[in-house]
Amino acid sequence: MEAFLTYGFLQRALLAGIFVAMACALLGVFLILRRDAMIGHGLAHVTFAGVALGLFLKIIPLSMALVIAVLAALGIMKLKEKAGIYGDTAIAIFSSVGLALGILLATLAHSFNVDLFSYLFGDILAIEASEVWLSIGLAVIVVFIVILNYHKFMYMTFDQEAAKASGIKVGRLDILLTILTAVTIVLGMKVVGILLVSALVVIPAAAGLQLASNFKQAIILSSIIAFVSVLLGLILAFYLDFPASGTIVILSFLLFGLFFIFKRR
Amino acid sequence: MDLSANESKTLIDVKDISFSYGPIKVLQDVTFPIQRGDFLAIIGPNGSGKTTLIKIILGLLKPSKGKVWILGKPAEEFDDWRKIGYVPQKATHIDPFFPASAREVVAMEFLARNKFPRLTKREEDLCIEKALKQVGMEHFKNWRIGGLSGGQQQRVFIARAIVNEPHILFLDEPTTGVDSETQEHFYDMLDTLNKKEGITIVLITHDTGIVNKHVTQVACLNQRLVYHGTHAEFCRAGAFKDMLAGHHLISHRH
Ligand SMILES: Nc1ncnc2c1ncn2[C@@H]1O[C@H](COP(=O)(O)OP(=O)(O)OP(=O)(O)O)[C@@H](O)[C@H]1O
Ligand SMILES: [Mg+2]
Repeated sequence: MEAFLTYGFLQRALLAGIFVAMACALLGVFLILRRDAMIGHGLAHVTFAGVALGLFLKIIPLSMALVIAVLAALGIMKLKEKAGIYGDTAIAIFSSVGLALGILLATLAHSFNVDLFSYLFGDILAIEASEVWLSIGLAVIVVFIVILNYHKFMYMTFDQEAAKASGIKVGRLDILLTILTAVTIVLGMKVVGILLVSALVVIPAAAGLQLASNFKQAIILSSIIAFVSVLLGLILAFYLDFPASGTIVILSFLLFGLFFIFKRR
Repeated sequence: MDLSANESKTLIDVKDISFSYGPIKVLQDVTFPIQRGDFLAIIGPNGSGKTTLIKIILGLLKPSKGKVWILGKPAEEFDDWRKIGYVPQKATHIDPFFPASAREVVAMEFLARNKFPRLTKREEDLCIEKALKQVGMEHFKNWRIGGLSGGQQQRVFIARAIVNEPHILFLDEPTTGVDSETQEHFYDMLDTLNKKEGITIVLITHDTGIVNKHVTQVACLNQRLVYHGTHAEFCRAGAFKDMLAGHHLISHRH
């Protein structure tokens, strides 16, 4: 255990990982209930284009990824609304185009290297101090905004029409939630990588939803599962020399399974 | 707050409203007022535009022609929606697995918009409990909404609609799927809200028995407003028969 107290990189990974995973889980509850669970998966792929663009233009990839993810998230939303395209279709279009652009840019930038791979599979243990604070800062802001709008988000997720009728600006809040999702996905990408970030959004929330008998419980349980997964996952990964991302995701899945069995009994 | 509007008798003025879904005309030139203290029943066959009309009043749909005035303001400028409670038609769009307790469903409406002055947690709880008590659901407050029967869910939605102590309450076929004994209680409860608390009630219903027993005003809709007036006149005018005739017409059109 003392390794965790002495190694700065472990502390950083742990701190950033826990904050980001909890933000992911919190949003995940809303996304699942809005039948939008796949948005994380889709946006993560678009993020690949952002990272590649960042590497190509020699701009911090994380900032580029944030911009691209937010734009793509809003694009998916508009495509659904205006073109009357189903949500999963819109996500499929954006994610594949994002990935395609990413591949082109990465080739042009000659950066199909370790760097890009760390984005694909996550490399939380290599997270830099500046990125830690950015991640924690953004994750805290996301959580804060969700808590501030907790009842509104819950209302419009549960019963959009009644929420509108009671004067809640559903359109604006939809956009807000979409932006928060995009930001959180990009942060999650730093923790477990593009290919696994969807797990961080969906699995803890899905596990929490197994046992929750009310909304508050769902939120709290999901956050706890996210917390435990990252904490145990990183410890295990460090001592057993496993990849951190895979370990975190498998652990959260085991917790999900446990909850599932517990519910059946 | 606009005092003059508040004191006037007309809460809502529906002026010359028309609406179509694409080429399909749903409402044509509908005009009528809703007065303070009314217990108004809107009746009419399936597809006659009742739900559409209420959605227009609530600002959920924009009319293609005409205007709605709420408490003296044009609907698009009105923003005090807490004064208006709404129970949507049969909440089939509700996810049965949604993890919200009955209490939380009421809290959504109550806490979604900030209160001034701020209430303490305890005061909030009391208001929410009071609403649940008014519909006789206080013992179910911790039940998951999807775990309640259809009629019980409906009561929770009514609690949600009255928790902000609205001036006017819109109910769209609130008793579909509710057993007849519960219906009795339910309409007695609406009566109490109407007479004791002074809440104006607008009720869409197919249940003409109820219309006879409780309501003061009747609006009979069939794309156009076929009849609007007091319940007593409505019986004399035999407008009811016309409406039934209309019913056949419209059901054949589909
Ligand atoms: N979303 C929609 N898109 C297209 N047409 C619609 C839509 N909603 C309703 N309509 C049409 O508008 C007409 C009026 O519908 P509305 O729901 O207002 O009727 P209603 O009087 O409430 O009927 P019911 O008694 O069955 O509830 C119907 O003929 C229906 O076909
Ligand atoms: Mg209807």
